[in-house]
Amino acid sequence: MQLVAISKEGRDRRDIVLGVSYLALAAFIVFILPRATTGLKSTFALTSYRGGVTIKAPDLVIPTAASLFALGALVAFAGGWQLAKGFKRVNLVLVLVVGVGIAAFLVWATRGKSLNFTGMLVSSLVRATPIALAALSGIYSERSGVVNIGIEGMMLVGAFTSVVFASVSDSLLVGVLGGILGGVILAVLHGVLSIRYKVDQVVSGTGIIILALGLTSYLQRAVLNLYPELNQPGPAIRALPIPVLWKTPVIGPLLFNQSPVIYTLFVLLAVTHVLLYNTRWGLRVRAVGEHPRAADTLGINVFKTRYVSVLISGAIAGLSGAYMSIGAAGRFNEGMTAGKGFLGLAAMIFGNWNPAGAFLGALIFGFFDSWQEKLAILQVGIPIDLLGMAPYLATMIVLAGVVGRARAPAADGQPYEKQ
Amino acid sequence: MSEKLETPSTDEASNEMERTGLRRLLVRGGALRSALLPILAVFTALIIGAVIMAVSSPDVIAAWRQVSQNPRGALSITWGTIRDAYMALFEGSFGNPARIIRAIDTMRETGESRELLEALRPFSESLVIATPYIFAGLAVALGFRGGLFNIGAEGQLFVGGLASVYIGYSISGLPRYVHLPLALLAGMLAGAIWGAIPGLLKARTGAHEVINTIMMNYIAFRLTDHLLQGPMARPDRLPITPEIKPSAYLPSLLPRPVRLHVGFFLALATAAVVYWFLWKTTRGFEIRMVGANPRAARYAGVHIIATTVLTMALSGALAGLAGANQVLGLDHRLVRAFSTGYGFDSIALALLGNSHPLGVVLSSLLFGFLRGGAARMQSVANVPVEIIRIIQGIVIVFVAAPAIIRAIYRLRVVREEETLLVRGWGS
Repeated sequence: MQLVAISKEGRDRRDIVLGVSYLALAAFIVFILPRATTGLKSTFALTSYRGGVTIKAPDLVIPTAASLFALGALVAFAGGWQLAKGFKRVNLVLVLVVGVGIAAFLVWATRGKSLNFTGMLVSSLVRATPIALAALSGIYSERSGVVNIGIEGMMLVGAFTSVVFASVSDSLLVGVLGGILGGVILAVLHGVLSIRYKVDQVVSGTGIIILALGLTSYLQRAVLNLYPELNQPGPAIRALPIPVLWKTPVIGPLLFNQSPVIYTLFVLLAVTHVLLYNTRWGLRVRAVGEHPRAADTLGINVFKTRYVSVLISGAIAGLSGAYMSIGAAGRFNEGMTAGKGFLGLAAMIFGNWNPAGAFLGALIFGFFDSWQEKLAILQVGIPIDLLGMAPYLATMIVLAGVVGRARAPAADGQPYEKQ
Repeated sequence: MSEKLETPSTDEASNEMERTGLRRLLVRGGALRSALLPILAVFTALIIGAVIMAVSSPDVIAAWRQVSQNPRGALSITWGTIRDAYMALFEGSFGNPARIIRAIDTMRETGESRELLEALRPFSESLVIATPYIFAGLAVALGFRGGLFNIGAEGQLFVGGLASVYIGYSISGLPRYVHLPLALLAGMLAGAIWGAIPGLLKARTGAHEVINTIMMNYIAFRLTDHLLQGPMARPDRLPITPEIKPSAYLPSLLPRPVRLHVGFFLALATAAVVYWFLWKTTRGFEIRMVGANPRAARYAGVHIIATTVLTMALSGALAGLAGANQVLGLDHRLVRAFSTGYGFDSIALALLGNSHPLGVVLSSLLFGFLRGGAARMQSVANVPVEIIRIIQGIVIVFVAAPAIIRAIYRLRVVREEETLLVRGWGS
């Protein structure tokens, strides 16, 4: 039920607000940013030095002021068109304009300097991975009509169990499986609470987060600190270069020389898409998430479908947690998921509960997460903590701008009562 | 649209509200009944906590390894571990009764009050810890009543603390009765703004408040870090703000080491005001109506957008007061980690207290005692304080799912009264 109905006038006003904002952004890019940049050039280095291997690529050198004018003109055009005629795909244009704005900021920040662009892309993808996995986790659960706010908690427990399993078995693969198991155990709890006991799913998820936070912190103090060997899973999961392809400039280090978990993410994205839209099971899940009563009438087992979806959701969340601990940090730290699960939910909503869109959302967060440190190297003169707000501000702006068209599964969050 | 139109019925809504009000709690003799489930939930959570403590204690594990040789020893060590931990929890939260009685005797005889103050310290510390819980719990409860889930109390608490401390140290020469209210007001205002932004976004664009309040949390943390790094740092550049002027202190009630201050009573008064506002004023009625049935509220002419923003702003203001209370009453300056998860715990409090001010106060006291005692439990019985968090999590699960508690204790279903608090993402 959309309470705040977006009326015709509301839409018109939104068009005006967006158009004026675009024009203001264009003015900023054209008049404010190019100050004192005459003759300067922005260098985007594309050579990768990852893991001690240099993969050469020519630098991208562009004149700062001229590029800013060009980008500004682009935004100004979008603003003018928005005001005069309006776009059909408002959300897409909004995302593109924000993207151009960010590009302009990067060009300005790099004036007279050089930015390792490939490195930035690689680190964006690495940081986007746990968020994208969390978003996928959310998609499975919510497509079947179960809101899963507890992903953050499932990730935390997954991060913990994977470290313990990997330390005990001396095998990272066992560790990953242990992480998945940890996520699944909490998912069972969430499933029983929200499907069997029909608890408010947001409340159940909150309980799971607090429980996970307490349990992992407690066990770290009470067990891991006494037996430090349980928190030594060995070196983080190593990158697995794909033969031949990994030497391609830019794309090689970005896509073909990454952690196996990142390849798994790509596979999961594709599989999820096919599963949801091209299989009988996916159709059932979506039916249960949209109209459980109708699905039930047609003989689909609503409870079973929801349980399976929530368990898959927990498994992926556990994998995400495992990636953060044994996949990147190489140990477990208290509260190490640091809100990545929530960012995943935001990415899921951004992507309108579709795998591809959610991945794009996660990439945006990953990009903002990585730009903080890269911009600190460039010394742009903006305090690092304020730059660190960018991913959160971006989430809010994008959600506010896009959500008008985002549509949750109709039965999302509603317990199903068999009659 | 496939769903059938519900007929708007404000009568029904007001009846429903009457039932959940204080009247049902006291007049209709339901006080015990409505308290039974939370009490059983806490009790069960404490038992599960005991199991976790026993299973993770090296002594207990060692004893059970030799259970075949010494079964009684294993049992008694297990029992002893749990008993020591909960005894320490009790003494840490209420104080040692024997010591308090002895101290009273000493004071009667010699007039020496030091020992009594020392003996009362644990009790007062528990109240000190409960104070921000009451404010923050009221914040979340008010949101729930309006159908909004404010996970952002933590961030609102931070900005409230920032604003209060700024007024507290930057202005001097004001008398207390001007300076203190000004500092409190600043904290409320900052929290209100921090809450109103997600409220406005929710009302205008439909962006879900759960995500936006979480985002506002992170922004508040970053803002605090930034301000403590430079603009508000002490002259020696440590990441601490300067000390506030004594005229902005929330005055203490007893000499040190008892740290109890006026803030506790301010919190109780605030709870009373929130009760009055929600159940005795038109605005409060509108908020509860939007929370209970937004469609009916709209038919009845309630301005949904304004009410949503108002609910979030008030909720934020209450959380801001929690932050103000901490800096004006206790720390007298702001350090980086001055809140230890009060905002998140407050969600549990609101749920446990059934989003009723009286319930929030009672559950805040419970949490205050739990956390007050946890420190002693850690130092005496060597049980990490985090056990309290586990217990809190289990309490939420049980309170949210009364069916489990009913099944364990074979209680009859008296009346179905679970209300759906949050309706997914779309509403």
